[in-house]
Amino acid sequence: MSENVPDDLQYTRTHEWIRDLGNGQVEIGITDHAQQALGDLVFVEVPQVGRELKAGEACAVVESVKAASDVYSPVSGSVAARNDALSDKPELLNSDPYGQGWLMRVTRGSAPADGPFLKAAEYAQFVKEAG
Amino acid sequence: MGLKTPLYDIHVSSGAKIIDFGGWDMPLSYGSQLDEHRAVRRDSGLFDVSHMCVVDLTGARVREFLRYVLANDVAKLTVPGTALYSCMLTPGGGVIDDLIVYFLTDAWFRMVVNAGTRGKDLKWLEQHAAPFGVSVRERKDLAILAVQGPLAREKTAALLSAAHRETALRIPRFSGAAVDSWFLARTGYTGEDGFEIMLPAEEAATVWRALVARGVMAAGLGARDTLRLEAGMSLYGSDMDESRNPLESGLAWTVAFEPGERDFIGRAALEHVRAQGCDEMVGLVLEERGVLRNHQPVFAGPPGKSPGLKIGEITSGTFSPTLNRAIALARVQRGAPARVLVEIRGQPHAARVVKPPFVRNGKALIE
Repeated sequence: MSENVPDDLQYTRTHEWIRDLGNGQVEIGITDHAQQALGDLVFVEVPQVGRELKAGEACAVVESVKAASDVYSPVSGSVAARNDALSDKPELLNSDPYGQGWLMRVTRGSAPADGPFLKAAEYAQFVKEAG
Repeated sequence: MGLKTPLYDIHVSSGAKIIDFGGWDMPLSYGSQLDEHRAVRRDSGLFDVSHMCVVDLTGARVREFLRYVLANDVAKLTVPGTALYSCMLTPGGGVIDDLIVYFLTDAWFRMVVNAGTRGKDLKWLEQHAAPFGVSVRERKDLAILAVQGPLAREKTAALLSAAHRETALRIPRFSGAAVDSWFLARTGYTGEDGFEIMLPAEEAATVWRALVARGVMAAGLGARDTLRLEAGMSLYGSDMDESRNPLESGLAWTVAFEPGERDFIGRAALEHVRAQGCDEMVGLVLEERGVLRNHQPVFAGPPGKSPGLKIGEITSGTFSPTLNRAIALARVQRGAPARVLVEIRGQPHAARVVKPPFVRNGKALIE
């Protein structure tokens, strides 16, 4: 199965993607590789709006039929929005991991920038080597 | 690198995700596990279960031997072809394995045991068969395909000649018959009607392709697990093992205490357990969002309060595609309340106690 790694996003080694929304917020989700590895998603738990997150903190849970997996916040900041559509349609994570399957938006704190994150080519290489 | 069934190359070329299962490289899913599950409930699905171990037991005293080595009583099998589900126990009552045994002739029974327990099962059988003059022969030359679902029998029979087709469709539930080069059994592990086909390994790929061409969906071990759990069927190694007896594993119905004079391995221990009382296996349906998983602790509740007393643990939990919520088998203290709490990631979640199965023949049995 081929995996999609869009060029305009940044990535973590724990298979989250980060989209800079340009307004001090980032959008966060899990990668196509992650959703394929998990299989059919059946339950998603995302943090409450307003929750303060630390970079690296386990902040969301995605569960497929076969396994539960933590999602780690790539950045520090406060949860500005969460994707409530996932509670009824967790399968959006499978069908559109970089679009309708987004998990949350975080307003980044004043702390020094988190990261460094992986660029698309670096993440693709990382997955290839790990696989 | 694990052991491979005769269908391994087909699985790989079909895009299956391969996992290790009891030392075997087996397909977990060919794409969507949920689609495979639903295909079996609504139409038909095809599983390669050739990793399971077929054992032929022959000898004039084979029935007597099996009445001693199995907790269920093969005396119930009076018509050739009929099958019986049973546990094989240690003297202490622990479950060595669960299995299906078919009565073929007065001097020939066939057993199908789990892949992960193959070595110890064969050793145990051989050790106890010797005094009965029974020979134990593993049939490595056979593959097993499970075709399951409301349309499974029809689609399987369509591969046969007219005469054989008639024979195949006349096989009663929980029985088997020799049909051409196949041993065709109306058994399974999904809660649906269907066949398990034991056939020469070299025919397996051809039959697999023919069934897929007839619209039977290839399904992996992932769907097999959600299907069996919805059907309330036990999985060896999760729901029971040698440290657990059948009475505390939801398998009391498979232990034949009658007739009282039949001596079988484990009998004395089980009679003691039966007199003392023991934990019991129940079904759970999660009333909140989330997924039940193996080993989550179960508490007495009441809901909304502190979790209360720990009364047991989930032995098999999953998301039920048919009920669209989480279900589980749990071993709990006898007399559990109608609602319990299950701890999921440190948080109590309310669950209803029910009697399995959850789903049979495509229909939800639980609200």
